[in-house]
Amino acid sequence: MSTIPTETVQPGKASLFYDPRIRGYVYQFALIAVVGFLIWSAASNAIENLRAQKIASGLGFWHNAAGFDVNQKLIPFSASGSTYGQAFYVGLLNTLLVASIGIVLSTFLGFFVGVSRLSSNWVLSKLAMIYVEVIRNLPLLLQLFFWYNAVLKPLPGARNSIALPGSIFLNNRGIIMPNPQFAPAFEFVVIAFFVAIVAAIVFYTWSKKQQERTGTQYPNGSISLALIIGLPLVVYFIAGQPLTFDLPQQGTFNLTGGLQIYPEFVALLIGLTTYTAGFIAEVVRAGILAVSKGQTEAANALGLRAGPTLKLVVIPQAMRVIIPPLTSNYLNLTKNSSLAVAIGYPDLVQVFTGTVLNQTGQALEVVAITMAVYLTISLVTSLFMNIYNKRMALVER
Amino acid sequence: MTDATLENAPYAFVRKETLQQEAAPLSVAGPIAWVRNNLFSGPVNSLMTLVCLYIVVTAVPDLVRFYFIDAVWSGTNRDACLPEKVGRPVGACWAYVADRLQYFIYGSYPIPQRWRVNIVFAMFALGVVWMLWDRAPLKKVGAFFFFVILPISAYLLLLGGDGAETFLRFLILLTFGLAVLYLVLSFVPSLARFWTGPALLAVEEAAPPWQRFYRPKRLILMAMIVFGLIAVLAQAVGLPRVDTGLWGGMMVTFLIAAVGIVFSLPLGVVLALGRRSKLPIIQLLSVIFIEFVRGVPLITVLFMANTMLPLFVPQEYSPDRLLRPLIGVALFAAAYMAEVIRGGLQAMPKGQYEGAMSLGLGYWQMMRLIILPQALRIVIPGIVNTFIGLFKDTTLVTIVGIFDFLRTIEATLVDPTWATPTTRATGYAFAAMFYFLCCWGMSRYSIAVERRLAAGQKR
Repeated sequence: MSTIPTETVQPGKASLFYDPRIRGYVYQFALIAVVGFLIWSAASNAIENLRAQKIASGLGFWHNAAGFDVNQKLIPFSASGSTYGQAFYVGLLNTLLVASIGIVLSTFLGFFVGVSRLSSNWVLSKLAMIYVEVIRNLPLLLQLFFWYNAVLKPLPGARNSIALPGSIFLNNRGIIMPNPQFAPAFEFVVIAFFVAIVAAIVFYTWSKKQQERTGTQYPNGSISLALIIGLPLVVYFIAGQPLTFDLPQQGTFNLTGGLQIYPEFVALLIGLTTYTAGFIAEVVRAGILAVSKGQTEAANALGLRAGPTLKLVVIPQAMRVIIPPLTSNYLNLTKNSSLAVAIGYPDLVQVFTGTVLNQTGQALEVVAITMAVYLTISLVTSLFMNIYNKRMALVER
Repeated sequence: MTDATLENAPYAFVRKETLQQEAAPLSVAGPIAWVRNNLFSGPVNSLMTLVCLYIVVTAVPDLVRFYFIDAVWSGTNRDACLPEKVGRPVGACWAYVADRLQYFIYGSYPIPQRWRVNIVFAMFALGVVWMLWDRAPLKKVGAFFFFVILPISAYLLLLGGDGAETFLRFLILLTFGLAVLYLVLSFVPSLARFWTGPALLAVEEAAPPWQRFYRPKRLILMAMIVFGLIAVLAQAVGLPRVDTGLWGGMMVTFLIAAVGIVFSLPLGVVLALGRRSKLPIIQLLSVIFIEFVRGVPLITVLFMANTMLPLFVPQEYSPDRLLRPLIGVALFAAAYMAEVIRGGLQAMPKGQYEGAMSLGLGYWQMMRLIILPQALRIVIPGIVNTFIGLFKDTTLVTIVGIFDFLRTIEATLVDPTWATPTTRATGYAFAAMFYFLCCWGMSRYSIAVERRLAAGQKR
């Protein structure tokens, strides 16, 4: 019995130098010390340098008058009466605007190209392949320069605008479109639209339950579509057509009226959309190829035709593979929208990290705020991604 | 009637000889059937085909006419490419590219000194081939060349000046000292007992003296030769300092890409190991760094490097204007590399870790000898793909005022010497060809590696 205690004590007698636990503590402590020293020296240097260069610190500049103007703004902003804080929101909204439209358009284009690459149509699939290879192997910045400097800038001036059907004009100041004017009654149409969406969801749940119980199938897609388009349309006519258009007029020297979409926005949108679509196309193709051929064959053997096979068997399984990389492509698009600064579209980076930083000189605060915005977008997205992945993950027995 | 054979059957309508096999009908096999099945199998498909053919027919002849048939291939200034001067429609102005090619490659690097850039280009090409070619000999020496010798020599050769020469002298002394040390060690191995331990020493002592400590000696020898040659160059022709403000063009593009890969790969390995570490603080710091960098756009990192880095160091050590984006790009790429490498580490079967541990290897020995060689091999395609992204992202340094290749193109476009209506289209086409060839070549390589690795898996 007396030997047992000595054996249990034995490990403690080993040299502390070789104890992995102690070593772990030492490594971690050393790392903290190094990182802490780096941060401390950076901070003290920064304070010293800022004092030497007489640059203020803190967020006091947020309420100072901006003194510059921005051409595209979704909220009121003017050189005389606005602050740097408002400039931040102008930039942020512009970033979100181009990113959200770009995400929608690139999804459509990407799915189309991705499916086209798998098409049995030789010409179509080869064209899609050329598109993907060219777009993916060229830097986005070059593509933006191309769209902005080589395509949109050389368009004729306002006097010789290219007229497109539907009172749309194209010139080197961008696209001039009919400007929708909403009468107050238009809000009924908006309400009807949301009511229709809710109704469509209710109907979908009901029809699904009905199908599970009785086996009867309802044309969910067309009924939902009819609801979502039809109801607002009916309300629109009942409310007395509360939407008019301010049409652009071609004068002798200039175009008057209408809604001007700036060439910077158009170039950035086209560039981001086509670039991201090239990547989404590859994601979609990989996702569809990941569904094994046996699945399609089994569905055919059950008597499902091409349409239901795609809808009920292939796409649900492909989506599981497609969604995670698709989200990261959406994030990339949002982050890439910061390239706007190169062609002068007033996004967050151009307005805030560019103009505001140059005017105030407060690099620390401005860059930190900009990074925090992008970081928040990324982290929120990946949070939702993780929730989605947990829900969609294969449940194994 | 039962004995009647086919030959002597009395009926005239019975065929007596076997028919030749007919070709399959045109609607099933052959080009027409192929066209019908693949291009015009239904109304939607037919419409698609027609639209695609329309696009090809309208775009391709115009492009060919613009870039080849109507193109101007030689000339000294804009007069060669102006339609009213030439008297014919003018397409791409390749004369402009030919005229400014030197600028596109070297930027404003002084013309008499450009041989230095050429040497670095050659060394870079050698290093890349050595690293990427599957059957190249002496891979470890190649890695040492690419990750240690090349960056140092590129720094010495490209920058030059007094600082570089002092550094070169120090390096030569260092390699010489190490060479002497290894010479002594190979004849008196017992002096190495402190580093190797008695067991390994016994293995070394069994070998004849000229084979002892052979491998490190090879590295030292190569370093001595390379630095010696550079020193000879510096003595013979001199390496005057060329300020980084004069650097530009493809040279800077390759420089940023090379710095990105050379520094981001080791850093990425460290970060990936840190993220998989069992020590909570190391893991936490790695995760914070990786997720932070991956969550923000490269431009903000470049802005940060450009504006904040000078604030973080004492003013007399304020980093060079080219060095700042280099640091930003290297750190940015490291976070992405770390995630790729982590994928490789996770793909290693657990038995590899357990096997290594059961052999009594410590953490670093296990990683260095067992895990990383296998993990890095399987993520080569991922590394190359990250590198393609990095290569495309080098264009972003344009925004913080560095003259990379794209910026030199933009700079020549505003130069009145070559201001013609078609110069821009030509310049962009040239830039597109350059980037496409580099990126597409790399992606082909990555696909080939992927195939080779898959072939190994299939057996």
